Amino acid sequence: MKKLIVIILIASITGLVTLSFRPETVKTDKYLVLPKDSVGSVKAFMSVYTVLKSARCMNCHPAGDSPLQGDDSHIHTMNVKRGADGKGLYSVRCSNCHQAENTAGLHMPPGNPKWGLPPANMRMVFQGRTPRQLALQLLDPKQNGGRTKAQLIEHMAHDDLVGWAWHPGDGRTLPPMSRPAFAAQVRLWIAKGAYAPSAKAK
Amino acid sequence: MINITVNGQHHEVDADPNMPLLWVIRDILGLTGTKYGCGAAQCGACTIHLNGEAVRSCVTKLNRAAGQRIVTIEGLSANNDHPLQLAWNEMNVPQCGYCQSGQIMSGAILLRENSNPSDQDIDDAMSGNICRCGTYQRIRAAIHKAAAMQTEGAKL
Repeated sequence: MKKLIVIILIASITGLVTLSFRPETVKTDKYLVLPKDSVGSVKAFMSVYTVLKSARCMNCHPAGDSPLQGDDSHIHTMNVKRGADGKGLYSVRCSNCHQAENTAGLHMPPGNPKWGLPPANMRMVFQGRTPRQLALQLLDPKQNGGRTKAQLIEHMAHDDLVGWAWHPGDGRTLPPMSRPAFAAQVRLWIAKGAYAPSAKAK
Repeated sequence: MINITVNGQHHEVDADPNMPLLWVIRDILGLTGTKYGCGAAQCGACTIHLNGEAVRSCVTKLNRAAGQRIVTIEGLSANNDHPLQLAWNEMNVPQCGYCQSGQIMSGAILLRENSNPSDQDIDDAMSGNICRCGTYQRIRAAIHKAAAMQTEGAKL
């Protein structure tokens, strides 16, 4: 009987240890977690929000089907359209003018290999969203491109097209904080519980 | 040397990789049907096909085209008989003509992807090609006509 209990005990411990190393556990939630702090989390998100609402980010996350241009976020010249894949329509595809890198000179087309809008079936609108709406949208995999929190952090911190906002070419203003500072605020927002601001927040 | 294929012909070009493709096409290869308009990808006069997309050659560097397939207005059809060229001719679309090769190259992409475009489809496809003479109504009518000719041709 004692032997049986020892065997069951060993099997249980082995099983638990094995379960704790399941790859999906590592994959899904590999990010900094701090004690829950709704005030600190919301404060960090409000910093993130100032960046997302800046022209460099919002211009390619429009409410309509045309990208925006300039610091005043006017409709893109030619009334360029999103298209199903977010890369334009017919003879007006983004990469027809936008190269893999910025074209030098004032008012010349900026560039990146991935230049484009979010696709039509995942529009990821920033324009017109309140802080609360945008926070909830960013956290919802059905609206954020299917991203987990860890992937959201990775996207904000390291995605090459997101990073263009800090190297936008001649004559374009930068977002209100540096990319590392922005990434730190994103991490803080999520680490402290990923709270959404109240509906009154502006 | 940079290798490019233009209108089915292979070329080895001895030029700066950063040279605008438009300069290569016009000044080195002598194909002057493609026009310089604004130099800023705003007007569409320099539109060519790069691997089947209506690329603005004034802001596209030669190195982007290395090893790639280019078609200019001179190579759009064997005998100037693309439905758009026939319709353009029949409906006397051009006034001064400067923007027209770009217009036709953009229109060709539209007709390739949409054989029966609506007015809205035409606006969406052609809004990047500016015509200072204001021939837009004739351009739209000619694209409708070319679409009909293309469909008729496909039936034969």
